[in-house]
Amino acid sequence: MDDAQIRREVLEALQGIAPEVEAETLRGDRPLRDEVDLDSMDWLRFLAALHQRLGVNIPEADYQQLTSLDALLAYVGRRLAAG
Amino acid sequence: MSRTTYREALRQGLREALARDPRVFLMGEDVGRYGGTYAVSKGLLEEFGEQRIRDTPLSELAFVAAGIGAALGGLRPIVEVMTVNFSLLALDPLMNTAATLRHMSGGQFSVPLVVRMATGAGRQLAAQHSHSLEGWYAHIPGLRILAPATLEDARGMLWPALQDPDPMLLFEHGALYNLEGELDEREVVDIHSARVRRAGTDLTLIAYGGTLGKALSAAEQLAGEGISAEVLDLRVLRPLDDATILASVRRTRRALVVDEGWRSGSLSAEIIARIVEQAFYDLDAPPARVCSLEVPIPYAKHLEEAALPQVPGIVAAAKGLLG
Amino acid sequence: MIEFKLPSLGADMDEGTLLEWRIAPGEAVRRGQVVAVVDTAKAAVDVECWQDGTVLDLLIQPGDKVPVGTPIAALLEAGETSETVQRPARVAKPAQPAPAPGTTTSAAPPASRARISPAARKRAAELGVDAGTLSGTGPQGAVSLADVEAAAKSAAPLDRQAAMRQAIAAAMSRSKREIPHYYLGETIPLGAAMAWLSAHNAGLPPEQRLLPGVLLLKAVALALRDYPQLNGYWQDGAFRAAPGIHLGVAVALRQGGLIAPALHDVADKPLEQLMAELGDLVQRARSYSLRSSELSDASLTVTQLGDQGVDSVFGVIYPPQVALVGVGRIAERPWVEEGRLCVMPSAQFSLAADHRASDGHYGARFLGEVRRLLQTPDRL
Repeated sequence: MDDAQIRREVLEALQGIAPEVEAETLRGDRPLRDEVDLDSMDWLRFLAALHQRLGVNIPEADYQQLTSLDALLAYVGRRLAAG
Repeated sequence: MSRTTYREALRQGLREALARDPRVFLMGEDVGRYGGTYAVSKGLLEEFGEQRIRDTPLSELAFVAAGIGAALGGLRPIVEVMTVNFSLLALDPLMNTAATLRHMSGGQFSVPLVVRMATGAGRQLAAQHSHSLEGWYAHIPGLRILAPATLEDARGMLWPALQDPDPMLLFEHGALYNLEGELDEREVVDIHSARVRRAGTDLTLIAYGGTLGKALSAAEQLAGEGISAEVLDLRVLRPLDDATILASVRRTRRALVVDEGWRSGSLSAEIIARIVEQAFYDLDAPPARVCSLEVPIPYAKHLEEAALPQVPGIVAAAKGLLG
Repeated sequence: MIEFKLPSLGADMDEGTLLEWRIAPGEAVRRGQVVAVVDTAKAAVDVECWQDGTVLDLLIQPGDKVPVGTPIAALLEAGETSETVQRPARVAKPAQPAPAPGTTTSAAPPASRARISPAARKRAAELGVDAGTLSGTGPQGAVSLADVEAAAKSAAPLDRQAAMRQAIAAAMSRSKREIPHYYLGETIPLGAAMAWLSAHNAGLPPEQRLLPGVLLLKAVALALRDYPQLNGYWQDGAFRAAPGIHLGVAVALRQGGLIAPALHDVADKPLEQLMAELGDLVQRARSYSLRSSELSDASLTVTQLGDQGVDSVFGVIYPPQVALVGVGRIAERPWVEEGRLCVMPSAQFSLAADHRASDGHYGARFLGEVRRLLQTPDRL
């Protein structure tokens, strides 16, 4: 799966939780949960959607690495590459 | 596909039936030597002989009743009546005998008779030759009423009609005989269903026989104005194919019936009643009708035209349904 | 005969519009069965029946707007037949406003009621649009299906938001007008709770993880068992204890506004079940598809605005409830324990309570109980 595919899957998962999100206006370097206004329930549903779409199970211990959309994409890319 | 006319398609159907089943014969006024008032049976006397192409005296009562007798006796008669106006002379045997015998005999006798007749106006033949009375016949249980409006139906309805044990009345609109077009020999023709002749989404134009072409022209004109009209060809006037009619109207939510018959106590009234009974909550506008004016059809050309459903009137009524 | 009346689906509801019947005359209904969908200002709500019976007659039609308490259906009790009971009268339809002048396309005779096509009327009921207020573009100025769909598309979200704003305004004004609030605050250490939670969640996929909020809800519910005067309603000048512990969970809607549907019997359910039910409730609240019991049953509301990052929240009680618990952000803060300074996750809990129903001393002991319960998370 290449970066563009990962980005598309992640954005679709995000839009499933927050339909008003527009990919073009999302700033990748900003804190994601502020940028998209995700509460803890939204966040958990977002992670569950990623788990189902990409098979990447993100443990709570790694939450602190997922500060922005860019960071999250990089993290998911690494996890997929590691198999 | 072959290029032909409605008249020739009817003749083709007759020829095929005569060739296929020795019990089939044609009789009526001037069907033999003269070749038929509308030249439908031209050449059949030479081809099939006097036994099977029979000229009759000028008595609709006598030769329609004789046809009923022949059908009861095991033959498969095709009786041609010159116009529906004259068929009233034969109304008694049609209604009191042909339509009733199977029911009165507890199913022991059937009357497998086919009566062909011309109907409708538009050729300056005046009030005694121009009326559309098929709606009257469609009132009568025991009869089945067919209205071929296409080349395929003109050729193809006759044979299944002859196979049916019920008496069949086949109405040929007088303005259609010269209709020319490509006949698709592969089309399967039945005698029980209505057909969508043009698909659309905004309203359903319900027509048959002589009004089908006008409805299709109106639909074409409406398309130019951004209105998508579905055109439904009833084909069978009794029993009506409610399922097809209602499926279309439920889809488009608007219905306009185009019928050359008069409106009071008519087939168009029956169709609208069924729509309202069965699809009321799906309607987005009151169903409407374009019918002939309630006068005996005039002789004068401009008055005759004014009395009949015409394309501009259909277009205007369709737009009225859309607000 | 049972008269089934339009229930109040929240204290701020005066009337409701029937969107859809889910039952038909002759059908048997069971207690708890969804019988109708009613639009309140806040949501389209599945209305449940509270008795067993057989439907005799439906007294209002989809699209009808009636006040709370209006009989909307007649049910036969066991043993009754339609012959043995007197049928109730149908509710007279409120007059529909005529279409705005100047919209008719041709001269129409004066209509006895607004011209709305059957298809438009049906669709309007489904969409919760008042077709009587639309100007029609159909034949003779009738309101057509397209008019209804256009109106629903353009106006509905705005209208619903405006209506929700109105409903919140009414409830909160009433609260501050009628309820003498007192407020208490307590910082509760959550070291044990958060440690237990990370250990619990460590091996689990996101679908099975618990949120801290579920622990907090459970602790509040268990504490209410010992402090029942905070769990109920102030009605007709007296406190009435609620029959169960149903926590209203404040849910902020993405498009603005707020709704606090009830999570039922919180004290009796294991955490995993509460988590699943909470997730479902939040999602349905956001898609406006709640059940009537969820809108009317809450006995105490919990708001966890801390999730959005504030340190503390002092809430406004949702009448006729008598208390509201607010939870601020869970964060690591300096903490003194046994004479030593350490770092401890904690959150500020607040209680807003109705002074008519309880006193500060009682409320303080309640918060103390919540604190105590949260120190032994494995027993929640």
